[in-house]
Amino acid sequence: MLKIEHLTKMFGGLAAVNDVSVVFEANKINAIIGPNGAGKSTFFNLVSGLHQPTSGRILLDGVDVTQMRCDKVAQLGVGRTFQTTNLFEQATVLDNLIVGHRLRTRSGLWDVLINSRRLQAEEKASRDKAREALDFVGLSHVENQYIADITQEERKRVAFALALATDPKLVLLDEPAAGVNPEETDGLAELMKKMVANGLTVCLIEHKMDMIMGMADKIMVLDHGEKIAEGTPAEIKSNPVVIEAYLGSDEDAAA
Amino acid sequence: MFKFGSFLMTPMAKYLMLAFALVFPLLAKNEYQVYVMASAFVWAIAVYGLNIITGFCGQLNLAHGGFFAIGAYTLGLLSSDYGWSFWPAFVAALVMTAGLGFLVGVVSLRLKEHYFAIFTLCVGFIIYLLMDKWEELTHGPIGVRDIAAPYGFGLVDFTNTVPFYYLVLAFLVFAIWFMGRLSRSLLGRTFIAIRNGDELAESLGINLMRNKILAFVLSTTYAGLAGALYAGMVRFIGPEEANINHTFDMITYLLVGGIGTITGPLLGTVGIVWITQSLQFLEEYRMIIFGPLLVLLVIFFPRGITGSFLGWMHHKRQQPQATAKRQASKATAATEVESNA
Repeated sequence: MLKIEHLTKMFGGLAAVNDVSVVFEANKINAIIGPNGAGKSTFFNLVSGLHQPTSGRILLDGVDVTQMRCDKVAQLGVGRTFQTTNLFEQATVLDNLIVGHRLRTRSGLWDVLINSRRLQAEEKASRDKAREALDFVGLSHVENQYIADITQEERKRVAFALALATDPKLVLLDEPAAGVNPEETDGLAELMKKMVANGLTVCLIEHKMDMIMGMADKIMVLDHGEKIAEGTPAEIKSNPVVIEAYLGSDEDAAA
Repeated sequence: MFKFGSFLMTPMAKYLMLAFALVFPLLAKNEYQVYVMASAFVWAIAVYGLNIITGFCGQLNLAHGGFFAIGAYTLGLLSSDYGWSFWPAFVAALVMTAGLGFLVGVVSLRLKEHYFAIFTLCVGFIIYLLMDKWEELTHGPIGVRDIAAPYGFGLVDFTNTVPFYYLVLAFLVFAIWFMGRLSRSLLGRTFIAIRNGDELAESLGINLMRNKILAFVLSTTYAGLAGALYAGMVRFIGPEEANINHTFDMITYLLVGGIGTITGPLLGTVGIVWITQSLQFLEEYRMIIFGPLLVLLVIFFPRGITGSFLGWMHHKRQQPQATAKRQASKATAATEVESNA
């Protein structure tokens, strides 16, 4: 699904991501963990095309997307969420989601001027897609509420729905469970499993070890921009390098 | 009050506003009032343009007044120096502002946020300097005289204030109509997504540059349209049309009326133009009243008249649902307490 070869990103003299190679398989939950500043978010920005790598290759289903612009990568089926998703606070949840399907539509200025049939059809399709995504994340009941009025956990789900409305194959979730309580974290974990059950590939960055260890098929550990380990949760838990570099004295809490 | 609020949300309110605008020349005490209203409408058209790039697309364009002046100068120079009649020169003014908007957009939109604002501030000033100093083309500080008035194809005489008022009203209605259609369309949603954040928009597969340029060109075309109408109305223009104060006036209209809304630019512009008129006897001191009013408005109604009203209406409507939800969550909280005990 996603194959990364010797990926490096330099910011000035600092290697935020240093020679990382990894393969994420389709239809799996892949997690990236590591201390703060380990280069996890930079890794996501490289994969999604927001930043261009200094060297290395990124292959999505065999297609080289290394130098591709972010919007092109999104069109190839990479959806993502951010640590904080800036949405239009004074608009309804549904209104915020409709644009998610924009990349699959073609209407331009002329269509708007004459209100063409294509525009009408595409707007309906986008609205349907938004409803479908909202239904998938279990938020159909807040469809008409303003973003400003929904809870933190609902915001996380809306961010998921927005990524899903783009019809992705691979979703990159940047700390999807940050700032929500343990019960809600379980709910979000269920949602990620549901995505995989529906044929998506999930790749997430997360600090909540309980959640990661319980659901990830594969974990990659980054530290100072370098991959220090990868494997199943069990392998990671018993890996001395990981314990040393990352889990340290928090080992008990993680286990 | 609630019912009145709901009424304002209906299409009927729009038609009433239009009807008022149509009969306004009959209600006006004198021709001067019609003239003031017509000029308010001209500015409103330009403010709608600013609303596209700044209100919807989130890019603060401080060259907007400059493009207004380019529209005015294109029409003015073509008609006075080159003998073009009004309507061809009018179309040329639109093409010119769209074309220059594209060129400036391609360069300036590579910058983000305040860098973009500062860059366009400079562009606006350069436009002013060109009009002031490039005397061979623009006549410099003397300005442009003898600008053609729109001809009415033998049907109406637009040199009279009242017919001109209706002409401007027609363009304003078109400008608002298109704005409304744009805002509800996928294209408008694309602009709003860009306002919410470049990175999020890009990761949704939106081509940032193409959409920002489109919004920018649309906005400069609106400014050019307003500028050309302005030149046809006052028929004498000077470099002061490109003064940065015009841009800040328009930003004020937009903020007061409600940035990113459909009726906001109209309410803000017409409202402030009339308040300014009625405070005219205070001359420069009117800012003593005006300034604090503006500060209070921005503190307490940051979303302007329309934005605040829409928010208030939305919460009115959601209230029954929200109360039900709160009760439900209280119930769950109670059961949690019980189960913990």
